[in-house]
Amino acid sequence: MSTELKEKETEAETETESASSRQSRRMEQKRQRASRRDLKEEAREEIDDADDTIEIKVFRFDPEVAGKEEPRFDTFHVPFFKGMTVLDALIYARDHYDTSLTFRHSCRQAICGSDALFVNGTQRLGCKTQIADLEDHLGSTIRIEPLPHQEVVKDLVVDMEHFYDQMEAVEPFFDADELPEGELEEQRQDRENREKIKMSTRCIWCGACMSSCNIAAGDNEYLGPAAINKAYRFAMDEREGEDRKQQRLNIIEQEHGVWRCQTQFSCTEVCPKDIPLTEHIQELKREAVKNNLKFW
Amino acid sequence: MSQSYDRGTIEDFGRWKEFSAGMWAWIFHKFSGWVLIGYLFTHIAVLSTATQSPEMYTQTIRSLESLAIVRVLEVGLLAVAVFHILNGVRLLFVDLGVGLEAQDKSFYASLAVSAAIVVASVPTFLAGAF
Repeated sequence: MSTELKEKETEAETETESASSRQSRRMEQKRQRASRRDLKEEAREEIDDADDTIEIKVFRFDPEVAGKEEPRFDTFHVPFFKGMTVLDALIYARDHYDTSLTFRHSCRQAICGSDALFVNGTQRLGCKTQIADLEDHLGSTIRIEPLPHQEVVKDLVVDMEHFYDQMEAVEPFFDADELPEGELEEQRQDRENREKIKMSTRCIWCGACMSSCNIAAGDNEYLGPAAINKAYRFAMDEREGEDRKQQRLNIIEQEHGVWRCQTQFSCTEVCPKDIPLTEHIQELKREAVKNNLKFW
Repeated sequence: MSQSYDRGTIEDFGRWKEFSAGMWAWIFHKFSGWVLIGYLFTHIAVLSTATQSPEMYTQTIRSLESLAIVRVLEVGLLAVAVFHILNGVRLLFVDLGVGLEAQDKSFYASLAVSAAIVVASVPTFLAGAF
């Protein structure tokens, strides 16, 4: 029945559509094509004008498009300007050369955590990585790939579902034993305690640490640095309730919890927010031991 | 549901040139640990010749020590053992949460100290072997 309706609708559309409107649509398409041509022309001019140009090599893969099923690298020439980030270069390549180039990005200021990429063999945030900071950025090609150890959905986009599952597995929320009496009264935390958890609160869920971790790559059940850091953030907060803290410790001290960490420091090195992840994992290990050791 | 592409081992050991200090420390620690376990068995095998007779033991040791390759392997064994000890101490400090900011420097230090000890031991081990 529904198909019948649809047919009628399309019929009606074609009937009412006058020749002139069809022509105007064609003109619009033509104009769009022209503007795209201009962009390429513009890019050529900009590259000629620019003092320096860089070359980026981007991983391309799309299982749904014929001809892109086999992963390959595409090279783009991008004019370099002062302050250019890896994300800027990608955006330039997408806007001027290939609109199908796919990558996640949003805030462009290292706070949304969408654009963790594998740049020149290291997990980095595209928006936080200055091209000028990359080794020999003018002489050599900058290699941009999707995060390793995660399934590639398309081009630079990886499947983050497993990472989010692990983050939620540590129950990342407050569950205080007692709440303040008054309705508008605040739940105070002393300054020292705030300092202790400060770095751990900076996590932006970009997944760079999980991708860099050799252990997480081999053990899918391992919570991973980000999730353990999340557990640390709540376990170390003085406002957290006793029961919930105990429950969270029980989760992280399981076989695939903190004890999987082999202190390779990969996560700490790639974290774009400079969170001392290994330190937090080690502290939770000691916490877990203390939790089970009884001397009476 | 779209299928996805498996990038295979290139993600791990194919990238060895990009490994950082902590990763190398881990690999060397694993490797030296396995070498020491292997040595433990040969060590027990050699020692157990003493259960037959004291002469047998002495003869085994002498014939082993007369081989140049054994002398060289002994230097290797010392290198592996010293590194494993020093890096083990480093890992102890890491577990205690002490000096985590300097973990890469302590790895390089343990490498340097093991190298120095091994070089210093070469004359002792290789004396009269060649």
